[in-house]
Amino acid sequence: MFYRETGQYKTTYAADRAIFPIRQDRVAMAVLLAVAFVAVPLLANEYWLRSVLTPVLVFSLAAIGLNILTGYTGQLSLGTAAFMAVGAFAAYNLEVRVPEVPFLVAFVVAGLAAAGVGILFGLPSLRIKGFYLAVATLAAQFFIEWLFTHVGWFTNYSSSGVITAPPMTLLGFSFESAQSRYLLTLCIVAGMALMAKNMVRSELGRAWMAVRDMDVAAEAIGINLMKTKLTAFAVSSFYCGVAGALWAYVYLGTVEPQAFDVLRSFEILFMVIIGGLGSILGSFLGAAFIVLLPIFIANASGVFGDALSAETIAHLEFVIFGGLIILFLVVEPLGLARLWQIVKEKLRLWPFPY
Amino acid sequence: MRKCLIVALAALLLAGPAPAVAQDRSDDGAEQFIPITSYRTGPYAVSGIPFFDGFLDYLKMINARDGGIEGVRLSWEECETAYKPDRFVECYERLKNRGERGAAVFNPLGTPLTYAVIDRLPTDQIPLITLGYGRTDASDGRVFPYVFPLMVNYWSQNTAKIRYIAGLEGGLENLRGLKIANVHHDSAYGKETAPVLARQAEQHGFEVEHFPVVHPGVDQKAVWLNVRRYRPDYVILRGWGVMNQTALKEAARVGVPADKIVGVWWSCAEQDTIPAGDAAVGYTCSTFHNNGTDFPLIQDILTHVHDVGDGSGPREAVGTGFYNRGVINAFVTVESIRTAMGRFGARALGGEEVRWGIENLELTDADIAAAGATDLVPPIHVTCADHEGGGKVLFVRWNGEAFEPASGWLETDRDLVRGMIEESAAQYADEKGITPRTCES
Repeated sequence: MFYRETGQYKTTYAADRAIFPIRQDRVAMAVLLAVAFVAVPLLANEYWLRSVLTPVLVFSLAAIGLNILTGYTGQLSLGTAAFMAVGAFAAYNLEVRVPEVPFLVAFVVAGLAAAGVGILFGLPSLRIKGFYLAVATLAAQFFIEWLFTHVGWFTNYSSSGVITAPPMTLLGFSFESAQSRYLLTLCIVAGMALMAKNMVRSELGRAWMAVRDMDVAAEAIGINLMKTKLTAFAVSSFYCGVAGALWAYVYLGTVEPQAFDVLRSFEILFMVIIGGLGSILGSFLGAAFIVLLPIFIANASGVFGDALSAETIAHLEFVIFGGLIILFLVVEPLGLARLWQIVKEKLRLWPFPY
Repeated sequence: MRKCLIVALAALLLAGPAPAVAQDRSDDGAEQFIPITSYRTGPYAVSGIPFFDGFLDYLKMINARDGGIEGVRLSWEECETAYKPDRFVECYERLKNRGERGAAVFNPLGTPLTYAVIDRLPTDQIPLITLGYGRTDASDGRVFPYVFPLMVNYWSQNTAKIRYIAGLEGGLENLRGLKIANVHHDSAYGKETAPVLARQAEQHGFEVEHFPVVHPGVDQKAVWLNVRRYRPDYVILRGWGVMNQTALKEAARVGVPADKIVGVWWSCAEQDTIPAGDAAVGYTCSTFHNNGTDFPLIQDILTHVHDVGDGSGPREAVGTGFYNRGVINAFVTVESIRTAMGRFGARALGGEEVRWGIENLELTDADIAAAGATDLVPPIHVTCADHEGGGKVLFVRWNGEAFEPASGWLETDRDLVRGMIEESAAQYADEKGITPRTCES
């Protein structure tokens, strides 16, 4: 009844190609952005801003990165955390060695460095596919973790190998408070998500999807496989690199290789799978699901008070979390984004069944 | 089915934020809140569970026996970190404002966890006790006012270990020409002693070779073959978690005798030696507290907590290495709060007040005897500049059934370590633009 595009005529090609062709979607998006940019920083307390919403945003960015590679281009990667680590260490090293550089520039350099490494480790994708490629990217994961642990130059010869991220100041303003950090992350993530959305709708994105669906056919219609696959690796790694820098600077405040281990790579892969392969919205949904659910379970189990021991609650969290993942994959293998799409389709016809 | 899922998801979304705010248990006001960030899952749960059981049992005992500290009852809440820095940060943020005056002090039990919050502490004005772990150069209280690596830090511990080896060899001068293999966990924690070992090797003329073991350390065959090839006179085991038992088994397999292996205190628990079986007999390691139940303080826990069925874990765990370490952590925490109450009055204290308490903590032999902990812990004296407190190190040997003392309480090489700490802390202060406080008042 409310969600119907009847009467909304598109009179220009631009209107037809808009990201949100339906007016209701545009209004909803504007409201969502207003809530995220204005209401949340005003209303949410420090705990929510600093340790719940900020990590969700950072992981969303990393998930977008992986989604570009795995969801849109069909190249399975297990090196996401390694590319994040490259970003974090690149930003740190640039700031330590050239302190005049503003941190935003360092974030861009972090992305570029990760993109370079991504292209390097993307080279095997020209010859191998599927599970074999996953193993090849796993090599990136282990090699990069090893490199940062063992080559002292990267950690500025710190005795422990854990380094604290330099403070973030821009034009005299220091990003210390939870609000400022949240808004900074939100701006970067929203901007890059918009770029990603437009990229996957462009010629480049269509080439990615053609390669994903069938690379031989894509080549036959004139798509340069090498260029397409490597740009996918570069763009994906760029997103992961920026996410890694954000994770180290904005959330953890420390830069250490162990924060980017193989489990992190898997975590981001799960976000993409649960959120929905080949969907920018799905990256956000998946990240929110994976980050929020354990926190939610831990908080909800407080209802039981002392009836359950902390140990039981900790294990219960795993049981519920694992169970829900299986449930979701069985009921909707295409992820949360697909569920959202179904909701939208039903809404268009509501109150009629079809 | 799909419809159900959508409805359930919507309900979850709506209900999501509700319980997060609905569980503040301190309603009568006169309670001191102590956050407990424990790990009972993950790769290091085997160490975390007994440790936090000991910590909890001591707090329960203080409430049951004394009615709290100076009449102020203790309250707490546990939060699972799984030994992950990001989860710990979440727990820290969740718990830091709980209770009447906020969190008193955090005990993370994990070097990576410690690093993740060091920069937040001055802003939040919450102290951190890292008893026998964490950032070594935080012992310089002028640069790190909120961090307390109490008792003995890693570098001091290492100097004691070299002294213990010298004792076996018949004097520091006999160290010349010895070959020492440092088998360490390949992490920030594991690498932390490398600089002090290098300095001591230079000083005493022995040779050091480092053998990193990749986390979690379940496969060490290649490492120990290399150790064997190096033919060391002594092996320093700087392990953590499951790595320790594997190391002891592999050492026995390649023929490195257990009595030539000297471990750090994170390689010094029954969880490490019992699974290794005969391979662990004769293995020596360092501690900053004693094991066993023959102390009035531990007996009090058995009487007031376990005998009334309130124990956090199995009764058999009481007196084991990690359990006693948890007790000692809680003991030092409680005594710090008591010190602070001596100045600020017997009421719930905030982080800044507890920080003062830790910084002015002094437990003499008489105080420790009064607490029923003689020989369980060495005396400790924290000052504004010295956040270590100058503990001593005890070496214990595994006889196949229990750890028995292998040495007296050994002094550490304070002069060497203090110099290195000040150097390292000054570098940190320089990087972060911190002006060290002066410690005169």
